Amino acid sequence: MCLAVPGRILSIAEVDGTLMAEVDFGGVRKNVCLQYTPDAAVGEYVVVHVGFAIQHLDEASAQETLANFERLGILNDEFGDGFTRAAEQAGVDQ
Amino acid sequence: MKYLDEFSNPDLARKLLDQIHAVTTRPWALMEVCGGQTHSIIRHGIDQLLPAGIEMIHGPGCPVCVTPLEMIDRALAIAAQPEVIFCSFGDMLRVPGSSQDLFGVKSAGADVRVVYSPLDALSIARENPQRQVVFFGIGFETTAPANAMAVYQAKRLGVTNFSLLVSHVLVPPAIAAIMESPRCRVQAFLAAGHVCSVMGTREYPPLAAKYNVPIVVTGFEPLDILEGIRQTVVQLEAGRHELQNAYPRAVRDEGNPMALAMLRDVFEVTDRTWRGIGMIPGSGWRLSARYRDFDAEERFAVTGIHTQESPLCRSGEVLQGLLKPNECAAFGKQCTPRNPLGATMVSSEGACAAYYAYRRLDLVQIS
Repeated sequence: MCLAVPGRILSIAEVDGTLMAEVDFGGVRKNVCLQYTPDAAVGEYVVVHVGFAIQHLDEASAQETLANFERLGILNDEFGDGFTRAAEQAGVDQ
Repeated sequence: MKYLDEFSNPDLARKLLDQIHAVTTRPWALMEVCGGQTHSIIRHGIDQLLPAGIEMIHGPGCPVCVTPLEMIDRALAIAAQPEVIFCSFGDMLRVPGSSQDLFGVKSAGADVRVVYSPLDALSIARENPQRQVVFFGIGFETTAPANAMAVYQAKRLGVTNFSLLVSHVLVPPAIAAIMESPRCRVQAFLAAGHVCSVMGTREYPPLAAKYNVPIVVTGFEPLDILEGIRQTVVQLEAGRHELQNAYPRAVRDEGNPMALAMLRDVFEVTDRTWRGIGMIPGSGWRLSARYRDFDAEERFAVTGIHTQESPLCRSGEVLQGLLKPNECAAFGKQCTPRNPLGATMVSSEGACAAYYAYRRLDLVQIS
């Protein structure tokens, strides 16, 4: 939840008057709010925090960070199922 | 040096470490504020690669860990109400309340849902107009723009069955509180990079000047942390105490102006109790009067909360940098991620969880 992950904007659409984007995080796709980075364009990278783009990022930095996160298994921690993870940690079957 | 080849760029890591070793002439105590940085430091053994005199003190920057026990108990009471769909980030599920956690409340039949974004909770509210949907709005300045937007949209779209249980905390007042403590050993801070992506850096020069501490805005990856430490030590050795930005690729001095405007509209500063630490004046946000109708604390008047912390847990001292996790007698014995006594053992930003995940075996061999 506290992790900011860089992602690439695949498409942008206005939903209920709010600027939203589909963003690719190294293969995982999520809907992300672009209201705080309204000038971000398709193909560009943004730093995303709990579904909100909070800053722009250059492509090279973004790809390096994503590769590191992938290597360390951090992307799964961020985007995996919360209940599955909690159950594993608690040592109980769901 | 067993960890160095695990860095994404070992040559650059080596160079940064060489420079840190070359410039260091005496011991220094540095605090990394953010729990994400703590995990990176422990995972990659950065503290063990530094000159022997440089100590990394782990700070209170784990929002899950500092969310007050009373607020956890309130969340559990609200979540247990039959008309409520209680939405939360996954990190909160196993944070211990006085007698149970959200995971247990769900197992007992409550409708607890994990969402990726606060806007997902708002969507759930629109899809379930007959239910009360509550989102547990915790976090530092990084998650605040997201929570603020959810409340702003709820008001704009007239989603009256949505509310936010707010427990936001702020970094600069925590830095001040740490420096004011009579037991403070911290001589410099690595400031949390993404907090500054939102807020900018302008809150920090007055703190650096008032307390004579270098404050270096630092990213989260191992090389970012080494660069932050390098800039900090260079300042300390030169007797300087300034704000420096070692993470310019994601942090601009002015922060994110649109997010800041939203935060100013939706939130107002309030005193906030930090779990294990106590009340820090002006260290939190609550909903401003314009959005008070969306405050779950007022909508669900939960009474009769009697908090009780584990008598064994010393997470308060860990959060203040006064105790390393492995120095707690319960660490790895009565207290594990499976049976956590305190939030610092379950959160992905908690210092105790970092030591347990990455250093438990080393510590066992030593002891």
